[in-house]
Amino acid sequence: MTDMKTIIIDNQELEVDSAMTLLQACEVASIEVPRFCYHERLSIAGNCRMCLVEVVGGPPKPTASCAMQVRDLRPGPNGEPPMVKTKSEMVKKAREGVMEFLLINHPLDCPICDQGGECDLQDQAMAYGVDFSRFREAKRATEDLNLGPLVETHMTRCISCTRCVRFTTEVAGITQMGQTGRGEDAEITSYLGETLNSNLQGNIIDLCPVGALTSKPYSFTARPWELKKTETIDVMDAMGSAIRVDTKGREVMRILPINHDAVNEEWISDKTRFVWDGLRRQRLDRPYLRENGKLRESTWPEALQLAKSKLQGGKVFGLAGDLASVESIFALKQLIVELNGGFECRLDGAKLPNDFRGAYAGTAVIEDLDEAEHIMIIGSNPRDEAPVLNARIRKAWAGGANIELVGPASDLTYDYEHVGKNRAALTKLLKRPLNNKIKDKKSVIVVGIGAINEEDGYGVLSLISEIADSSDSKILIMHTAASRVGAMDIGFVHDGDWIEAVKNSDVVYNLGADEINIEAGPFVIYQGSHGDCGAHRADLILPSASYTEESGLFVNLEGRVQLAHRANFAPGDAKENWAILRALSNELDKKLPYDNLTELREALFGKFDHLRHIGLIADKSFGTVSKVKLNNNDFKNIINDFYLTNPIARASEVMAELSSGTRSKEINVAAE
Amino acid sequence: MSKIDYGRAAKYFLLLDFLKGFKLGFKYFFAPKSTLNYPHEKGYLSSRFRGEHALRRYPNGEERCIACKLCEAVCPAQAITIDAEPREDGSRRTTRYDIDMTKCIYCGFCQEACPVDAIVEGPNFEFSTETREELFYDKTKLLENGDRWEAEIARNLELDAPYR
Repeated sequence: MTDMKTIIIDNQELEVDSAMTLLQACEVASIEVPRFCYHERLSIAGNCRMCLVEVVGGPPKPTASCAMQVRDLRPGPNGEPPMVKTKSEMVKKAREGVMEFLLINHPLDCPICDQGGECDLQDQAMAYGVDFSRFREAKRATEDLNLGPLVETHMTRCISCTRCVRFTTEVAGITQMGQTGRGEDAEITSYLGETLNSNLQGNIIDLCPVGALTSKPYSFTARPWELKKTETIDVMDAMGSAIRVDTKGREVMRILPINHDAVNEEWISDKTRFVWDGLRRQRLDRPYLRENGKLRESTWPEALQLAKSKLQGGKVFGLAGDLASVESIFALKQLIVELNGGFECRLDGAKLPNDFRGAYAGTAVIEDLDEAEHIMIIGSNPRDEAPVLNARIRKAWAGGANIELVGPASDLTYDYEHVGKNRAALTKLLKRPLNNKIKDKKSVIVVGIGAINEEDGYGVLSLISEIADSSDSKILIMHTAASRVGAMDIGFVHDGDWIEAVKNSDVVYNLGADEINIEAGPFVIYQGSHGDCGAHRADLILPSASYTEESGLFVNLEGRVQLAHRANFAPGDAKENWAILRALSNELDKKLPYDNLTELREALFGKFDHLRHIGLIADKSFGTVSKVKLNNNDFKNIINDFYLTNPIARASEVMAELSSGTRSKEINVAAE
Repeated sequence: MSKIDYGRAAKYFLLLDFLKGFKLGFKYFFAPKSTLNYPHEKGYLSSRFRGEHALRRYPNGEERCIACKLCEAVCPAQAITIDAEPREDGSRRTTRYDIDMTKCIYCGFCQEACPVDAIVEGPNFEFSTETREELFYDKTKLLENGDRWEAEIARNLELDAPYR
């Protein structure tokens, strides 16, 4: 229920929700109010005092607009609406005073500060500050913290806005940061000097309004004004977070989140943010072919000739990896259909039926988690499988939602009821009486791939759909591969056992699948960007662009179609994925009917119309899943090491360091 | 009939204009010369003269440049290219500092922008080369320039200091 109230801001009368703060009301009136500590996705602290405004008729002092609600304002003596001024002399003086105080202890090291050029304090000091300081005493100095390999600290620059503390405790759910001391001694510290233990910690770099927290891998390498910014889509997990890739020349310098309320809000995981150094290492930059058991460098004509000779007449099987775009999978599918071969994308063994969209894209959308009052997590560790989604679940939990988990217990950063580890626990969920705790509550079931990748996967899924029906829940399938839903959408699946089919085929066309083991026998053509497991087994390697280097469609785990843009160019002779397939089809005299990406997309949209609607989720209905007898195994989570789930991450030094850091931490905990 | 101007006639017959001309000629003949015997003699240079670039060092030998890239940003001819990364001791330094002297328009914005007086345009104007490539200066060359011209540059900066 909203209670609207009239308010006058700078002689502009407007009606706003009375629960809004003055700062939000000013934003509605499109009046800029400077701020440091206020952040719309964090709790209100009110300690920077930069957002002071004058309330006419209120106390004779400026008021912090971020902490004052519209409903708390008193009307005028004759019942006039309350009046707020943001441009008065009092406000100007107050802002100048606050800015002078903030700059007392802030060092003037902007030239060597990585935040320089995109610093809130720099900008606001120019806009609202004065050009002198009356401070003649010594400045405060603080020791820097060690927060791990991602976040570099320069604590003398800190203005104690506590955004980092609030983010880590509220969103990331770790309690390692806090503020100690008062007045000049106030200091942001980590508890007992611990490093941060979260895979969302990179977000505090963006949150920090000054250069106190900066990115370690990016440090000193570039300035914001020399970077080319490309807004695109992340593929590190299946959420399809909105990201901005910053490039300088040919190289990706950093990756930042962009706001997308329905998907990632404005957070991204550390893997998404820091994986870019993997884009520079282990790259396949020219074709290779295997001769006498050893790979040797080759050329495109030679490689395509060899591929042609192998593909002609042989039984072909196509595999789609986790990072492939819909277009490339579509081109591969069309080529293999021409060659009468088979194909499969569910390489992790997920038993997802392709008959109806609700089975693989779920019936819930990510935003449903915000309103959910009851969340059941089955066979999944969302903290590893999609950290940003886990933050959403945590937000629901903080808002009072009840969380239940079936599967291996792990630290999810929030409390949950552990129902059990195996299939029996799932049956328990179905059989339980619908008490007040569950009845008529909005509920979501989060299904991990770990729950449905065994023999009885269809059985588990059908059981889950029964639970969903009985408790009126929506289902969210926690995919881990960015390409999966898109590949399922275009029907890149094989009826029957694909592992057998691979064994019996003569040629395997591997489109960037590195998480599988292809046994000796078939001739393997690997098309991918990194020299990883897939390239290791390959007999012929066709180098292709990675996700920042080509435009492509991706469908995220809730079935939202999103378009990724090209930010930089592939190294060496590597080509775009669809172009390689198009060239190969020409060699084989089975020319695919498109000469550019636009034509390819038109062909794709002609067959699958819902992919045309970028940014939207097409209809997702759920049908009946065939029942299979359940075994009584424990559920297992699908991700063993969060930081090393794909070839790009495995090529990244930062990810390797993080991975070994987590492992040594686990060993220490076990030793204690 | 017109009247005869005797004064003019006297000047005419006494060759006064000639004598005046000789006087001027002899005056400049004995006066100090305004031309310079260039390679052996050089003219006056203002302390603000903007000549060849140099990267300076601190007296202890540490390079001044901190890779803030303000000169690169301000350069209207985009003649400066900088790459940076943390040095082993953790300080912010350039790994590459190139100035394309063929692009440079000697406007002096780079030295205006520099917060640490690292990049300066020194008093040297005699750096013509035989090939174009020699005018693509790198960090080593610029630091060498700095070491060579430090005395003059420091004096010029000192002279200019009251006006900055």
